[in-house]
Amino acid sequence: MIVFAAAGIAVLLSLALALARALIGPALFDRVLAVNMVGTKTVLLIAWMATLSGRADYLDIALLYALINFLGVIAVLRYYEDTGFGGQESR
Amino acid sequence: MIAIDMLSGALLLAGAALGVIGAIGLHRLPDFYTRAHAAGITDTLCAGLFLSGLAIHFGATLASVKLGLIFLFLLFTSPTACHALAKSALASGLLPWGAGAPPPLATTNTAGMPPSNP
Repeated sequence: MIVFAAAGIAVLLSLALALARALIGPALFDRVLAVNMVGTKTVLLIAWMATLSGRADYLDIALLYALINFLGVIAVLRYYEDTGFGGQESR
Repeated sequence: MIAIDMLSGALLLAGAALGVIGAIGLHRLPDFYTRAHAAGITDTLCAGLFLSGLAIHFGATLASVKLGLIFLFLLFTSPTACHALAKSALASGLLPWGAGAPPPLATTNTAGMPPSNP
């Protein structure tokens, strides 16, 4: 049980670090990369909660979250490629 | 019974450790392209180890199949997202770290189209 909690807290820590990079990240692409990582870690945390509470139907939510996270990243990139976010300096 | 719990714990801890390593790599590495290494690679393996550690708790039920599907999906989409990110970054002219002279790729879009912004 302790190991289970430790693994969950470690994933939470990596999620916090990725969120910090998303806030700090100089370039736009650092932020999108960090948000992609936050999404993946959230999928893991949902699966972890599903195991903790023993309810297997949470895993559908985790699968859906992984789908939408991927689409979000591609949507931001496609939107950036077309409009460049109003010439905001992203180097 | 104990061996199964130990195996599950080992997988969970290995996955979580990889996740933390990836997150630390996200902060330590100097520029976007190197950070893409840290985030992209560890994401997939960390998810794989972590989800297989969880699947042991569920045993051979539908839930383990769902966990396998989640991992399969992450296995295909995480590298693809990282590739799209790197391509878009290079197309927008973000130079790799320490690249004095602009690499020939930066002048033309990797997909052959003119760069979308000057």
